Amino acid sequence: MKVNAITKGLLIAIPALVLTACGATSDSTEGESKTTNTEVQQAETEGLDAVTDTVEVQEAETLEVAKTAEEMMQEKYDALRQQQTIYFDYDKSTVNGEFVELLEAHADYLIKNPAGKVMIEGHSDERGTPEYNIALGERRAKAVVQYLQNLGVSADQMTTVSYGEEKPVDLSRTEEGFSKNRRAVLVY
Amino acid sequence: MNRIGLMFLSIICLMWSQPSFAKLEIVITEGVNTARPIAIVPFKYNGTAKLPFNFSDIIAADLMRSGKFSPIKLEDMPQQPQTDKDVEYSSWVSTGVEAILVGTIEDKEVGKFTVSFELIDVLRGQITGGTVQTLKNGRLVETKDHVMFERKAIIATSQFRYYSHRISDIVYEQLTGERGAFLTKVAYITIEYEDVYPYKLVVADYDGANEIELVKSPEPLMSPSWSSDGKKLAYVTFENNRSQVYIQDIYTGKRELITSYKGINGAPQWSPDGKKLALVLSKDGNPELYLLELSNKKLTRLTRNRAIDTEPSWAPNGESIVFSSDRGGKAQLYSVNLTTKRAKRLTYDGDMNLGGSITPDGKHLVMVNRTRGKYHIAKKELESGNFQVLTTTRLDESPSVAPNGSMIIYSTMHGSGQVLALVSIDGRFKARLPASKGQVKSPAWSPFLN
Repeated sequence: MKVNAITKGLLIAIPALVLTACGATSDSTEGESKTTNTEVQQAETEGLDAVTDTVEVQEAETLEVAKTAEEMMQEKYDALRQQQTIYFDYDKSTVNGEFVELLEAHADYLIKNPAGKVMIEGHSDERGTPEYNIALGERRAKAVVQYLQNLGVSADQMTTVSYGEEKPVDLSRTEEGFSKNRRAVLVY
Repeated sequence: MNRIGLMFLSIICLMWSQPSFAKLEIVITEGVNTARPIAIVPFKYNGTAKLPFNFSDIIAADLMRSGKFSPIKLEDMPQQPQTDKDVEYSSWVSTGVEAILVGTIEDKEVGKFTVSFELIDVLRGQITGGTVQTLKNGRLVETKDHVMFERKAIIATSQFRYYSHRISDIVYEQLTGERGAFLTKVAYITIEYEDVYPYKLVVADYDGANEIELVKSPEPLMSPSWSSDGKKLAYVTFENNRSQVYIQDIYTGKRELITSYKGINGAPQWSPDGKKLALVLSKDGNPELYLLELSNKKLTRLTRNRAIDTEPSWAPNGESIVFSSDRGGKAQLYSVNLTTKRAKRLTYDGDMNLGGSITPDGKHLVMVNRTRGKYHIAKKELESGNFQVLTTTRLDESPSVAPNGSMIIYSTMHGSGQVLALVSIDGRFKARLPASKGQVKSPAWSPFLN
């Protein structure tokens, strides 16, 4: 997990560094490309006395070259896992198709880390009564649990709590606000 | 570590603190013209000790809030009589008032006052001129049948507010034949999101006076419900990051954990005899109604259904419980008989009905109705099935009926915030109780406290 985080940090850092390096050399024509020749770039950046940066770039480039399909998937999952909220339709608790990948990413992590625990919070919008909304929030949290369980996550790793309409993220009481409040949040 | 920290927080939060916020005021939005004019003449004070406050102001405010009376202004009174003998009946004709309340206060000893008052029937007084002679045991005696009620009492300084409400109760009952609900309280939840403790459970007199903060918490508080003796509240707290039901004595502050099962512990409702709690638990998979015997904590499951069953509310006779369920698709109200355990559907009106309760006279079902996407408070007459939407406000929820059945307090939106509002059971009188800051929700009207 720690390695992943570093890799990701570097992956973000690479394009930025590449751009910096190119910007400094007026005659460069292929700087933007990720396939930039490492030797050329190293030479250029050395000329700019950016020794430490170069080392990083070099390492990162090497890592990227070595990336397999599996690693690419992992990166995507890691990025997706940063999103922890999924949204629901009015008075509904079915997981919408657009959140399938996101839940797959969380499932992947939980399966690979059997000691990992997640709390799934269920929420509703402010329409209806507080008590009914608690039930609706629980149904949403449980729909997420069921979905993750179907993907192979152990039930022991998951707990749920429903806050109903008590913890809205958007207080505007508009359709847009309501849609932001109808949610389940995965809390690690 | 977090758990322990939270437990400490909860303990701290349980300490009583001084109210520092939001006394509830009232803005009448509809129904002044249908109220009956009445004169509450300022009580004449013969004394030197400072009076805590004005009796007649509180009585007039009570009667106005009831939605049934419209106390006339001081400048519209032709005179300010102190007793029935002072009343010039002819001068009151043009005011249209049916009754006049007059009274006097004297300081008796340190911290003690004598209060005398009379409720005078103006129409009767006009006919008799204030004195009638009737034959009693063969003798002609003078009677004062225009005086509907008179009383003299000695009260302490600390009892002024209480006794004002007591007089309001008497006036209301004399003129309507129905018991007054001025000596009652309301419990509610306030929320100020930017506070360290955003959620507070508050108890106040029905008019917003004497606010007491019972609990404050960093996590949500919900569903306060009064015990039948008016001394305790059951409520839901998330202070331990899960729902739990507690019972708390509002006078001692002492509290007791009632349920803390996995899943939902919600919607507690005290039985009319005070011995049981109806509540919702989802420990067996999905939300179901249960009865909890308070003496031995024995649980009885009332519903068995894959749907949501929640919001139990006792029928006044304690024989059945109204609840919300989406077993038929959309949420509707049902009633479960506690002997047969059989449930029957009560509502078919609109898209959805929630939060049902039966009025104290057993005649009406009060609920939150959704029709074409709008949530309003509505009532259904149980015998005839007549259905009436009572409110026009937005996102109405949590209706709670006054113990005399005259009024419903509920939570609604005003501007960008949640406020409490009142609507009379006939839908004619409507008022808003704007809070000075924060959101106010989940009102629960107490039983009679006197």
